[in-house]
Amino acid sequence: MATYINGMGMIWPQQPLGKTALLSMAVSSAGERLTCIEPDYAQYLDVRQLRRMSRIIKIGMACGMDALREAGIKIPSGIITGTSYGCLEDTGSFLVKMIENKEHALNPTPFIQSTHNTIGSQLALLLQCQGYNQTYTHGAFSFESALLDAIMTLNDNPNQHVLAGGADEITNSSHAIQKRFGIFRKTSSDNLSLLKQGGEGTLNGEGAAYFLLGGTRGSDSVSLEGVTTIYKPDADHVRNVASVFLKSFSLLPGDVDVVMVGKSGDTSNDLTIDNFVAGLFPTSTLCVFKHLTGEFPTASAIAMALATRIIQAQHIPEIMIEKNAGRPLKTVLIYNPYFASHHSLILLRAC
Amino acid sequence: MEAPVHVAGIGVISPIGATVEETMLSFRESRSGIGRLSLFDSVHQDTLPVGEVKLSNEELAATLSTSGVFPRTALLGIYAARQAVKNAGIDFGRWRTGLISATTVGGMDRTKSFFIDFLNNESAGRLRDVRNHECGSTTEIIADDLGVKGFISTINTACSSSVNAIALGTRLLRNNMLDVVIAGGADALSKFTLNGFNSLMILDSQPCKPFDARRNGLNLGEGAGFVVLVSERVLRSENVKSHCVVGGFANTNDAFHQTASSPEGRGSYGAMVGALQMGGLDATEISYVNLHGTGTLNNDLSEGTAVRRLYGDHYPPLSSTKAFTGHTLGASGGIEAVFSILAIKHQCILPNLRFELPIPDIDIRPQTVFKTSMTINHVMSNSFGFGGNCSSIIFSKG
Repeated sequence: MATYINGMGMIWPQQPLGKTALLSMAVSSAGERLTCIEPDYAQYLDVRQLRRMSRIIKIGMACGMDALREAGIKIPSGIITGTSYGCLEDTGSFLVKMIENKEHALNPTPFIQSTHNTIGSQLALLLQCQGYNQTYTHGAFSFESALLDAIMTLNDNPNQHVLAGGADEITNSSHAIQKRFGIFRKTSSDNLSLLKQGGEGTLNGEGAAYFLLGGTRGSDSVSLEGVTTIYKPDADHVRNVASVFLKSFSLLPGDVDVVMVGKSGDTSNDLTIDNFVAGLFPTSTLCVFKHLTGEFPTASAIAMALATRIIQAQHIPEIMIEKNAGRPLKTVLIYNPYFASHHSLILLRAC
Repeated sequence: MEAPVHVAGIGVISPIGATVEETMLSFRESRSGIGRLSLFDSVHQDTLPVGEVKLSNEELAATLSTSGVFPRTALLGIYAARQAVKNAGIDFGRWRTGLISATTVGGMDRTKSFFIDFLNNESAGRLRDVRNHECGSTTEIIADDLGVKGFISTINTACSSSVNAIALGTRLLRNNMLDVVIAGGADALSKFTLNGFNSLMILDSQPCKPFDARRNGLNLGEGAGFVVLVSERVLRSENVKSHCVVGGFANTNDAFHQTASSPEGRGSYGAMVGALQMGGLDATEISYVNLHGTGTLNNDLSEGTAVRRLYGDHYPPLSSTKAFTGHTLGASGGIEAVFSILAIKHQCILPNLRFELPIPDIDIRPQTVFKTSMTINHVMSNSFGFGGNCSSIIFSKG
């Protein structure tokens, strides 16, 4: 039973990736947060539809439509979304009005669009997809849960096309609050050097990626082998889970060509990651991505989009390479730790 | 035929009881849990009745010997999940165990307190009040309390959330990814949802009347409901009893409108048909339907139309239990799953309070009295939500 990535769409703090020209020029920005470079949404939807949508809904919608277009599928069999924060902008806006107006004369629109399932349900509405519709909202396991669900769905019936993705946004309020937890760098003049300059904390990020997954492959497909999550582990536990995970696909750590790790720039967290990689994958090519995306719970969706394009193009953008072992780009393992508490592994292979 | 997935444990806390026994007594005596809002101050205190769990956060925390800083959703969740685990009597540490919880409100009660200060000054507000805002935090508090270290996940598909949690748990067992899954949902009453539903003008100023011609909206409720799902192997090896098996389930999208259901109830019809298909059951084999039945003009007409389309003139006994509990949002699927399992266990049909006149177009008459000595083999429970999310699940006598 196999799951194939047959199409994808992503919006992130960098220019969109072409199929062959990956990340020709990385965008550098100053400050403690990275913001998505958004497309002109008029190419996806008409103005009347757009007016009612908040930013994260537009972002999710565009990614979903791109994934469908790339796979040549009009209506998917199901839509599965992972989002930690959901629709923060609408949630915040309703909450503020409720407090300011002392519970009187409230506009229901932001409340209606505040629930986490709005992205997935707006996609269903737009595509007229009456099939399976699911939203996972478990922090840095949200996208991973969506993938696991999609894999099981396709196991049951491989003739389906499931749209699965992850999406999270930053709002001014969410940033102001998260900042106070002391998880971001106080100053940053250039995100591209985040992983080179040691320090405390990371950069705030956002983005979305949707994938059209199927049980049958096309000419340009990448195989999604599997996914697993590890909750509040110690270092030994991550190592054991990773070995067992690879073994379930008849692989040894030495078979992994590329390890893509979610180093975030926080020196103490990154040291643990470096030790893990050095211990288990000393001969693999090592690449990184969070200096391009910033840190957010569904950053693993962006990592999977990058890994997909890397396998398709058989090329890793220079700016992502931390150690080049010169191996073929066939088996890619994404290891994404999120603030030491949530770790995930996603395995992709060339077809 | 797929290997059966058993329900080995149930736990519930709702406006009609903090235990399964209290819950059954309320059903027997037709005692509703709808009343005046007392949990927090609101301008709607005297005009919008709600279904409250009759324990304050302090009382919940004291009973559970846990932190009172936890959001109410998490406290309710721990309360019901611990009951379910105790009821199952399984040493789950021996097995690959997962927790899947559903919530729509999460830690919103505390986020709101934070925002009042934060609005005036971005460096004000107690951070401990927003630490657990995310839905996933609620699940992690429950997982940490129970000692679940394996798979954990959280679902938010609005009011259909916890049916989807139980369905995911069943699939993880069938795919041999886990051996034991604690699945369900929790949601606390909050000023955010009270005002949200009020802004949509779908809250009844009187105790709600599901499926009645003069129904005028829903009452919000709160609570938590969890089940412990196990494989056949775990059931035998642990030598525990099965309450029932998961007979089938389905999840569809109405794809009609963000908040309103399609007039013909195409999503709800699809969910019911899909659940029957998975269970290999004919619609006539269902002994009792626990309706979504919120009491809004739109839902009950749409759901009733779908029931009519499925059954024609001969529909099985059916009722909405939301006249007892109010609409407990993300928890409703978990709470009503426990109610449905109790209907099988006690071979009874739960009443639909305050029903007098059928809705003219569909003429559906739910059961209005508690009926025992029935033959209940298969119970179908419906949960439909915002965003067109529709889910149905069937529990079958083992």
